[in-house]
Amino acid sequence: MLPELGQVLLVLALLVALLQSVLPLAGAQRGNAAWMAVARPAAHAQLLLLAGAFAILTWAFVSQDFSVKYVAENSNSLLPMIYRYSAVWGAHEGSLLLWTLVLALWTSAVARFSRALPQPVVARVLGVMGVVAAGFLAFLIFTSNPFARLLPAAAEGRDLNPLLQDPGLIIHPPMLYAGYVGFAVPFAFAIAALLDGRIDARWLRWTRPWTNIAWAFLTVGIALGSWWAYYELGWGGWWFWDPVENASFMPWLVGAALIHSQAVTEKRGSFPGWTLLLAIAAFSLSLLGAFLVRSGVLTSVHSFAADPSRGLFILAFLCVVIGASLLLYALRAGRLEAGAAFQAASRETLLLLNNLLLASACAMVLLGTLYPLLADALGMGKISVGPPYFGLLFFVLMAPLVALVPFGPLARWQREQPSRLAAALLPWLGVAAGLGVAAYFTAPQGAWKTALGVAGAAWVGLGTLRFAWGRLRNSGRMTAEMWGMVLAHLGIAVFLAGALLVEAQNVQREVALRPGQTLEVGRHAFVFEGVEQVQGPNYLADRGRVRVLRDDRPLALLHPEKRAYASGGQVMTEVGLLPGLAGDVYVALGEPLGGDAWAVRVHIKPFVRWVWAGALLMALGGLVAAADRRFRRQPEKAA
Amino acid sequence: MTAPQDTPQNAPRPPGLPPVAIVIGALFFLGLVGLMLYGVLRSGDADRDVLPSALIGKPAPQFALPVLHDPSVRFGSADLRGAPYVLNVWGSWCAACRDEHPVLTAFAQTKRVRVVGYNWKDEPADALRWLERFGNPFFVVVADQEGRHALDWGVAGAPETFLVDGAGIVRWKHTGPLTEQVVRGQLLPALEQAERAR
Repeated sequence: MLPELGQVLLVLALLVALLQSVLPLAGAQRGNAAWMAVARPAAHAQLLLLAGAFAILTWAFVSQDFSVKYVAENSNSLLPMIYRYSAVWGAHEGSLLLWTLVLALWTSAVARFSRALPQPVVARVLGVMGVVAAGFLAFLIFTSNPFARLLPAAAEGRDLNPLLQDPGLIIHPPMLYAGYVGFAVPFAFAIAALLDGRIDARWLRWTRPWTNIAWAFLTVGIALGSWWAYYELGWGGWWFWDPVENASFMPWLVGAALIHSQAVTEKRGSFPGWTLLLAIAAFSLSLLGAFLVRSGVLTSVHSFAADPSRGLFILAFLCVVIGASLLLYALRAGRLEAGAAFQAASRETLLLLNNLLLASACAMVLLGTLYPLLADALGMGKISVGPPYFGLLFFVLMAPLVALVPFGPLARWQREQPSRLAAALLPWLGVAAGLGVAAYFTAPQGAWKTALGVAGAAWVGLGTLRFAWGRLRNSGRMTAEMWGMVLAHLGIAVFLAGALLVEAQNVQREVALRPGQTLEVGRHAFVFEGVEQVQGPNYLADRGRVRVLRDDRPLALLHPEKRAYASGGQVMTEVGLLPGLAGDVYVALGEPLGGDAWAVRVHIKPFVRWVWAGALLMALGGLVAAADRRFRRQPEKAA
Repeated sequence: MTAPQDTPQNAPRPPGLPPVAIVIGALFFLGLVGLMLYGVLRSGDADRDVLPSALIGKPAPQFALPVLHDPSVRFGSADLRGAPYVLNVWGSWCAACRDEHPVLTAFAQTKRVRVVGYNWKDEPADALRWLERFGNPFFVVVADQEGRHALDWGVAGAPETFLVDGAGIVRWKHTGPLTEQVVRGQLLPALEQAERAR
């Protein structure tokens, strides 16, 4: 009975979402307070209904109810308890339910924390979020019902995709969705502002923390996905420019641009139209990402099964939402008031450059992601766009951005003397360049990339610290917003060092080893001690024993595994990993090569942790900035 | 999605967005929608991600493999020369082969062309039991137990089906289970062409 109740809850949630979108939007247009007042209770009701539906699906997994088709397809009686919870979002239907639940959480939070805003704005923001929720709920109910029954019930489930049976994947999707869906808030605000025909600095101030938090979640989600790919796929890379990764990276880039342009528009009133467009773009790209992943339009290691009816539905929804938003933008954006004028040398210009570079990077990723599809459509054959394209263009676009980062916080609004900035930063540029030169001559390999990584990281890091130091010396304090910015910019420095150093210094060997044989890689020696069979809860593993020595001193005993899962015979690698701040030692087991020899892949990955540490610092910066008291101060009642 | 196209200098101009920006934005949006639509409609095709076989238009690989029903006899490309034949790669372990079996059987029963079974990476006993159970539509079945010769054909998975003409040239290839549509829409026209060419 419970799954049927879940289905009823979903249908009720759809009805409430329709109510939440139609009445408040119409009420705001006609000035009907009673209609507008529907928005808040509807938002809370929707959260309750979806939380109920989600709990029921979770219970079906925990209690192993194989009469529910989705459970039978994505679970198995051998599945460990922890993965029964995460299996809820292990495939299409459940992850869509999670998406709607996260959207309901954000909507309810907006309803709760929007007391300071005028009622029509709240009604419009919640109404727009209701439209989005209604679309996704209809998609869920009509094309991807997670509660569909399987009659007769299966005796045994098919099992959760073994790739997803991993701690990192438990929290990766919720974080990612929290980010994707969180951009619905600035989006809804932008639509509300366009409907209203004006953009008010106070409302804009109110949306800024929401953008920051959504972006921080997205950052954590992407970092987790990258970390998972690193240790689970066994290839040793941390970013593959895979379509699904790109789908999450595009809203991230635009979100980063939006955070900066919102700050300008709020403080100076400059380029309000651009800010609104970015807000629309960030959420549109989130929807596009969901579409690309869900529809199977692009093939990827992460994507789910293709079903054209689902793709068509979500495409139609996408067209309506994005098309209508852009149409509204085209009709209304021109009427927005321009803010204060500014000169070429000013913080506004720097932030505009930041925005243009980030938006171009996003366009570049979009083009690279869709190009294979375009080539296919035009009959140009099968083309895959790989790391060479992305790596080169991304470097070209991000290098000037990195060069400009330290200038932004130091520059004054409206008008700045370049000589003052130069005086503040030139010494640090000298230090960074010196460190880069030193790195060039001491690097054992990849001298250019090492030098660039060291110099770039030092430049961004020192320039950012120079800002913080000057600020603390002059006024003795920094606002939370400034601390957040400093943390995020330091995150860029850390990330940059990690990404370029691991690229330059990575050592990789793939060899056949017999038990007792030793592989020497630089200062490290790897003694292969053989492979034994180990029985896991729902898999049988070949577990290798590899003793690692550094400078002839024992360092660790690693256990790379190849797991054959009982349910599908799929073989998964589990790498043996010795993490370290200065670098990882990474051992993956390959194929048995006859006799008792095995293919063994060994990587030494210097500073690879810094990649994720940098991302986490950026996310932390976003959260700290969102906590600024200024954003919580009650704006005086709108006139 | 049009973010990168509309330059911010255009945005805050009071009298409205310049028409050029709107037209470009609209074209970009429609183009993107069209591309997505194409992608969605295409995503249903099973053979979407299949690279066109490098063998098409090239001579079929030479092979001489033991016959499944009597491993002492070898049968191969030399015995097939002179008339077109269809080569179907299958295995008793392959669920999709069972799905295509009725279609393949119906096609073979028309006796238009010899249908050769290529039993791939299979235990002979399992393969024989499978044929007994589901019926044997094949003219002859050769067994490639180790799957070594299948590499020459570029076989990536079962089922795969090849059409080879009388001169020994590969004319057509299909990856994945055969369906009525594939047989009617692709295999038969390709076969007609191969026959006409002789």
